[in-house]
Amino acid sequence: MTISIDPQKTNNESLQPKGWLRYFSFSLDHKVIGIQYLVCGFLFYLIGGTLASAIRIELASPMSDFMPRDVYNQVLTLHGTIMIFLWIVPVVNGAFGNYLIPFYVGARDMAFPRLNAVAFWLIPPSGLMLVASYFVEGAAQAGWTAYPPLSITTPQSGQIIWILSVLLLGGSSIFGGINFIATIIKLRRPGLKLMQLPMYCWAMLGTSLLVVLSTPVLAGTLILLSFDIIANTGFFNPVLGGNVVVYQHLFWFYSHPAVYIMVLPAFGLVSEILPVHARKPLFGYTTMVFSIMGIVVLGLVVWAHHMFTSGTPPWMRLFFTIATAFIAVPTGIKFFNWVATLWGGKISINSAILFSCGFIINFVFGGITGVALAQVPFDIHVHDTYFVVAHFHYIVYGGTVFIIFSSIYHWFPKVTGKMLNEKLGILHFIITFIGFNLCFAPQHWLGLNGMPRRVAEYDPQFQFVNQISSLGALLMAISTIPFLINVFLSVRNGKNAGDNPWNALTPEWLTSSPPPVENWEGEAPLVEEPYGYGKEISEQK
Amino acid sequence: MLNKNFYLILIISLVFAISFWIGFNVNLLPAEASINAPIYDELFKILFIIGLIIFIGMTIAVIYSLFKFRKRNDQIGDGIALEGNLSLEIVWTIIPSIIVLLIGLYSYNIYDRMGGMKELNHNHEMMSSNTEKIWAGISQTSDNEIAINNLSIEVSAMQFAFLFNYPKGNFISGELHVPVDQKVSMKMESKDVIHAFWVPEFRIKQDIIPGQPTILNFTPTKVGKYPIICAELCGPYHGGMRASIIVEEESDYNEWFNKNKKPEVNL
Repeated sequence: MTISIDPQKTNNESLQPKGWLRYFSFSLDHKVIGIQYLVCGFLFYLIGGTLASAIRIELASPMSDFMPRDVYNQVLTLHGTIMIFLWIVPVVNGAFGNYLIPFYVGARDMAFPRLNAVAFWLIPPSGLMLVASYFVEGAAQAGWTAYPPLSITTPQSGQIIWILSVLLLGGSSIFGGINFIATIIKLRRPGLKLMQLPMYCWAMLGTSLLVVLSTPVLAGTLILLSFDIIANTGFFNPVLGGNVVVYQHLFWFYSHPAVYIMVLPAFGLVSEILPVHARKPLFGYTTMVFSIMGIVVLGLVVWAHHMFTSGTPPWMRLFFTIATAFIAVPTGIKFFNWVATLWGGKISINSAILFSCGFIINFVFGGITGVALAQVPFDIHVHDTYFVVAHFHYIVYGGTVFIIFSSIYHWFPKVTGKMLNEKLGILHFIITFIGFNLCFAPQHWLGLNGMPRRVAEYDPQFQFVNQISSLGALLMAISTIPFLINVFLSVRNGKNAGDNPWNALTPEWLTSSPPPVENWEGEAPLVEEPYGYGKEISEQK
Repeated sequence: MLNKNFYLILIISLVFAISFWIGFNVNLLPAEASINAPIYDELFKILFIIGLIIFIGMTIAVIYSLFKFRKRNDQIGDGIALEGNLSLEIVWTIIPSIIVLLIGLYSYNIYDRMGGMKELNHNHEMMSSNTEKIWAGISQTSDNEIAINNLSIEVSAMQFAFLFNYPKGNFISGELHVPVDQKVSMKMESKDVIHAFWVPEFRIKQDIIPGQPTILNFTPTKVGKYPIICAELCGPYHGGMRASIIVEEESDYNEWFNKNKKPEVNL
């Protein structure tokens, strides 16, 4: 194992554009690729957010009056697909993984820099293709789950472009996963043991295992579905003897682990952020590692809880209930450990820690409704209702997106060398937290009382609560304004951050801000205690 | 130290008291109109209370930590170098495991009381053999009980309507009429895409799948008119795919049944 500079790559680097143009090039620098993922993901987040606003405008009144019904279905399909495959998965994996993992293992780049660049550059064209499919014959309109036979009978071009786009994004995700596994296992600096790695490495290792094990199943499924659409095969088409429930099994075999692909990296990121700002070691490192791996194993055997109202035999319902509910145990351990990390610390109250604590509160709420949903008799009433919509937004928005913002506040000084404005950051947090809870908490009640998901029209008795929810969505839309102002102002005129504004101990802070092309001027430092706060080592700082 | 423990116990009891009070006094569910509904609501109440205790407890812990352990201006240096506490970690692994296991067993019991664990084979005359695969929803009844009354109903779902076939009366209705307090058995099949049959007041839902009949059995307990809602995205008019279930006294039901009944056609 060597960390010396690959001469071929160095030549290549010298031909790369400098300055901001780097970000539009086929750069092999993991830090550039990380930022490419982040900015590209954020642009798609703005598109997905606009679609979400359109949904909430439509649902502000009980009638279907804002857009045609089929366009509404296209909007909700694109919203789900964009938010999952173009915003959350690429950002928590691709963006932060690429930026941080080489630092954390003490390497100068990822294991396969070219594969890394290819993985990123698959994303913009497939994302644009997905959005552009709206202008062909209408975008896909069978939901992000694309259940046949609906996905076979709706207009074909939109559905086929959707499949192609998701296949490309899945390929990108697999390339990234292979790269992370190779980097974490093989590129570790000599002397650095696995159990000394920062927690985000473990989270990414677990996530990448899930990506590599389950994404190919989705790819195979979607290829079969595309055959059903364009070649009149009958894998999932009941008219030709196909079985629609088989599709659901195959789809959820990927798409439930996809939830962990979206939240495990967030668990890793929050484990980096909390110790720094609480000035305390991460509580229970070893149990955290085991609980991540426990979530990975359990996450692969719970998929049928999405299908309790499909055709599933009783024993299967029982097995998946117990397996799903048990995920709460390793997940719960992590939350107790984070609260214990805060306990007795000297916590700097800033935007990063507020978003992290918002994450803990939101995710605990989403986790509790998740344990309830795992119970078959409970799920049968609320399956496919707004209760489920509320539940998974608490997980992916209240959980992961809060952590994405927390991470941006935490690592912005490292990436740019400038500090973000704290007042605007705290304003951003307050509006986001209130808006998010106002938008999604009432939806639990809607689901329990009879409002199914994916509808453009509903009973007038639900109007008031839907309007509260839409008001929350408006606040969430507004909350991006102070954030964007903050980022643009701070990049230009932000306070100089210095190399290590938080006095953090993880290796990315032990170099200049922004870091040089190959991460360290000299040899990579050996960080044996990334969370050694409260010990001599930090007193020397 | 004693003082500290006293406050801890006080807060924990308060969290429990508040959670129980909310759990018993805040009703988030619609009316109960089937045998399943009170069983479901019992499970809901238990999960709601446990969830509230955990959520309120964790929220208090986070907000308290942020307040109590915030860095004051005059402070320098780090917090305590506490890297873990094995016995504490064992406690918060085992207790949630036990809670989750108990919830699982309890919900198994609930599901069994709803009839979910019963073997289902729907005894329609037109079903020639019992080798036909039926994938199941909830059963509340055995077949013999159903065979003796007229309440075997066949449901067809299509974009964007439900049709209810009463084989005993040889007619099809767009509204589902059932007598109160009697067991109803439905065999459901879709003509096109996947739909779902959901009656919120009954707390039951079952997908209606093309090429694969499903069964749903229930017993309404309250006279009234309730919505039947399609809960699976089925196309542009999914939101408008509604029907009504009318639960009525047996005499009213018989009157309606006899009015619609058609003589059997002998071939």
